Amino acid sequence: MTTTTAAAVPRPGIRLSKPVKVAAILVAWVLIWIPTHGTHTLSLSPADLTPLHEWLNEVNDTVGANRNSSPIFLYFFNEIRAGIDALVTFVQALISQPSFGRPVPVLGWLGVVAVVAYISWFFGNWRVALLAAGGFVFFGLQGLWQESMDTLALTLSAVAISLLIGIPLGIWAGLSDRFNALVTPVLDFMQTMPTFVYLAPLTLLFLIGPASATIATLIYAMPPAIRITAHAIRSVPRAAVEATDSLGATGRQTLTGVLLPLSKRTIVLGVNQTIMAALSMVTIAALIDAPGLGKTVIKALQTLDVGTAFNAGLAIVVMAIVLDRVTTAASNRVRQVGTTHRFRRPVAAGLGVLTAICCYMSYTYVWAAEFPDQAGVGRAISRGADEVTLWAQTELSTATEAIKNLVTFALLNPLQSLLVESPWWLVGAVVVLLAALIGTVRTAVTTAACVALLIGTGLWQDSMTTLAMTIVATLLVMVLGVVVGVWMGRNRFADRIIRPALDAGQTMPAFVYLVPFLALFSATRFTAIVAAVVFAAPVAIKIVADGVRGISATTVEAATAAGSNTWQLITKVQLPMARSSLTLAANQGLIYVLSMVVVGGLVGAGALGYDVVAGFSQGQLYGKGLAAGAAIVLLGIMLDRIARASSPSNSPKGHR
Amino acid sequence: MRLQRLVATAAVTALALTGCGGEKIGDTGSTGSSAAAANCGTFNLAINPWVGYEATAAVIAYVAEKDLGCTVTKKDLKEEIAWQGFGTGEVDAVVENWGHDDLKKKYIDEQKTAVAAGSTGNKGIIGWYVAPWMAEKYPDITDWNNLNKYASMFKTSESGDKGQLLDGDPSFVTNDEALVKNLKLDYKVVYAGSETALITAFRQSEAKKTPVIGYFYEPQWFLAELKLAKVNLPAYTAGCDADAAKIACDYPEYDLDKIVSKKFADANGPAYKLVKAFNWTNDDQNVVAKYIAEDKMSAADAAKKWVEANPDKVKAWLAQ
Repeated sequence: MTTTTAAAVPRPGIRLSKPVKVAAILVAWVLIWIPTHGTHTLSLSPADLTPLHEWLNEVNDTVGANRNSSPIFLYFFNEIRAGIDALVTFVQALISQPSFGRPVPVLGWLGVVAVVAYISWFFGNWRVALLAAGGFVFFGLQGLWQESMDTLALTLSAVAISLLIGIPLGIWAGLSDRFNALVTPVLDFMQTMPTFVYLAPLTLLFLIGPASATIATLIYAMPPAIRITAHAIRSVPRAAVEATDSLGATGRQTLTGVLLPLSKRTIVLGVNQTIMAALSMVTIAALIDAPGLGKTVIKALQTLDVGTAFNAGLAIVVMAIVLDRVTTAASNRVRQVGTTHRFRRPVAAGLGVLTAICCYMSYTYVWAAEFPDQAGVGRAISRGADEVTLWAQTELSTATEAIKNLVTFALLNPLQSLLVESPWWLVGAVVVLLAALIGTVRTAVTTAACVALLIGTGLWQDSMTTLAMTIVATLLVMVLGVVVGVWMGRNRFADRIIRPALDAGQTMPAFVYLVPFLALFSATRFTAIVAAVVFAAPVAIKIVADGVRGISATTVEAATAAGSNTWQLITKVQLPMARSSLTLAANQGLIYVLSMVVVGGLVGAGALGYDVVAGFSQGQLYGKGLAAGAAIVLLGIMLDRIARASSPSNSPKGHR
Repeated sequence: MRLQRLVATAAVTALALTGCGGEKIGDTGSTGSSAAAANCGTFNLAINPWVGYEATAAVIAYVAEKDLGCTVTKKDLKEEIAWQGFGTGEVDAVVENWGHDDLKKKYIDEQKTAVAAGSTGNKGIIGWYVAPWMAEKYPDITDWNNLNKYASMFKTSESGDKGQLLDGDPSFVTNDEALVKNLKLDYKVVYAGSETALITAFRQSEAKKTPVIGYFYEPQWFLAELKLAKVNLPAYTAGCDADAAKIACDYPEYDLDKIVSKKFADANGPAYKLVKAFNWTNDDQNVVAKYIAEDKMSAADAAKKWVEANPDKVKAWLAQ
């Protein structure tokens, strides 16, 4: 992070007047808005295109037309495709698809459950092994064994490739500031560019099949691996590195002897985040024929079959929770290296033999290969979900309609009129001034560049509409984050109860809950906001809870001893001390909200989200969809840089 | 620890004992490839994401597999990507195409990777619809001339002081903004963004008797659940939609057709002949779509049921 310039700004004098200045700018904005609103708004109707959009269409067409003759395709993309296809097909042959002339995969359900349990025990502990075995048996009981294994095969392949590329790049970014500065915007781009935008081009480059689905997944899943590995390497205490340097170790020795061992635990967390990100792509990848649970969700949605979609969504949630707990246990275990139990070796060998026997049986016997067909549990879950949905739709929709109208008229509409109806130069000036005031000259320059590029996309007005929704959604996320996060941080029991619900909110595909949300809130911008909050709030809540818990117990005890009541303790001690967590929560909340803009487009949000969806669906709108995707990325970068500049932890010192 | 080992040993023994009694894989003669497969080969059928399409594709796939011995590979793809697949050789046929003149121009005329393979016999109708209770309570609402009278009823949080016209699925071409403007209607087009959103809106409209007017189309399985009433716009005449900005007439009736890859057509195999000959009515499709959407049958079972009930139609396709 290049924020060394921040330290040069003399702080004390400015600090007092800063909020006043910000307020002054906002008041001036409203005052200028009154006479000028409705002019220079740069509006573009949904069916219209700008020359840029048309040019992008042409580029896309040219690529398509030359696909079969260009040597780049014949010798480069085709080779990559063949390699990845082979990998995925091989994993599928092992666990999900009939293979090698057999009507079933090599490993049946018993074998897979045994292997998963064994691995979980070996790298984690008994508790996660039981959880993993239980979770996997649950897929079978849901009647979704094969679909789950297809999803697992694709996810594992994407994760394997992500790590193979991501960890070395992450180490490099950890060691080299220059490479880190180079790669950060690329990673921002990969994480915020909506998948819908690059699905069609991917199938053009890598054809329809597992390769395209895997690459779509890994574009989104690889950045956490790179970022967290780099962070891990950077967090290794300087003293440890200097000590080895002074002993005359070579660069390679420092890396393998000090840096990697000391950052191993954090790198495993990167693996964990990569898996979660890969699982969140399951439904979207299904749009280009990726096999697995995503297809079940999409198919069910065509007939608005909420129950079936929920059943499949639940399987994704269970898979995410199992993989999350196992990798977390593995990273905790890495920390306690050296405390191996005396009997661990023989037990490991014994269980290994047991696992091998299970594998053999699932290879040989039908009962252990094909999960006994009793989808009773799945059907019960579907029916339950249907009943709850129906009840909510009929009983709650009057109340939810009122909430929707309140938020829309009191908060969203005024904000949107201010942003959308202001002339572009007014909004641009306000944003750049705010950036300069809150951050540095550098922040202001970045912001100005983003504003200019937003105008360049030809989608200024749509961007402002989306920005209004994003701000409202992020506000709601932060309110939830602080309230629930503080509660969880202060109360272990609450944490234990709420955490699985948060995991579900993060990993349940949005497509599953769109139908009930649409029924409750109609096809409106508010529905899009609610969907974004469901997805983004868990992250904010978890970060705040973590921050509150991280405050040392002695501080809290001292405050209590000094006679603070609970309210004072929270507002005067815990929240201020967790301030850097609050900033991080706002930042991550914002990024997650932005990643739901496209889903919002499916439920009535219009604006950029709809542009992206329409671009994915109609050839002549392709270029516009791409431009809309770029606009979302630009909004993300702009808001992220301003938010980072305002973060208190940022100004004193960056890393090194 | 000793206990754990004991448990493990016991488990191994138990598993081994129960295992030996089971049926082995490959015991029962596996289905194996049938003799007819040789002359048809693999047939890559795109499945576009709506139920009507799936119904058509399921019947074609069922007949191709059962009567022609083809190996049918179904690929779940959006339209754009399916057409792209003609060029790359990954898709052989798209069996329900709604207009898409831009795609025809690009892939049939320019890249020459696709060819048209005739009508499916289905007629596609696009227009503005209201829930049945509205047509009953306000009988004259189905005439566009009266729409302004009711505009205030359709106001929502999204449409400001105008009535809301709920537009829809981004996959379909819409002229609605131009229509609203040129017919001087006091409405604002609001983009719901998906078929799911449209269906949910109409369902809630009927259940809660809240006014909704929106873009919809048939054949569509949902119309079997709720018979929406179509609003009559100024009738379509040839050429009235030539200038997109000046459109003031209803949507044309679409002749839904089949598109196949050039290679697939040139090979002229049995699967191609079947696709070319395939033809049925909206009612036929609605029946199969109902099996899938309402009776929750699998696409293959739904196709089987229809084929067995309509042997004559199937025979006619195969005779050609």
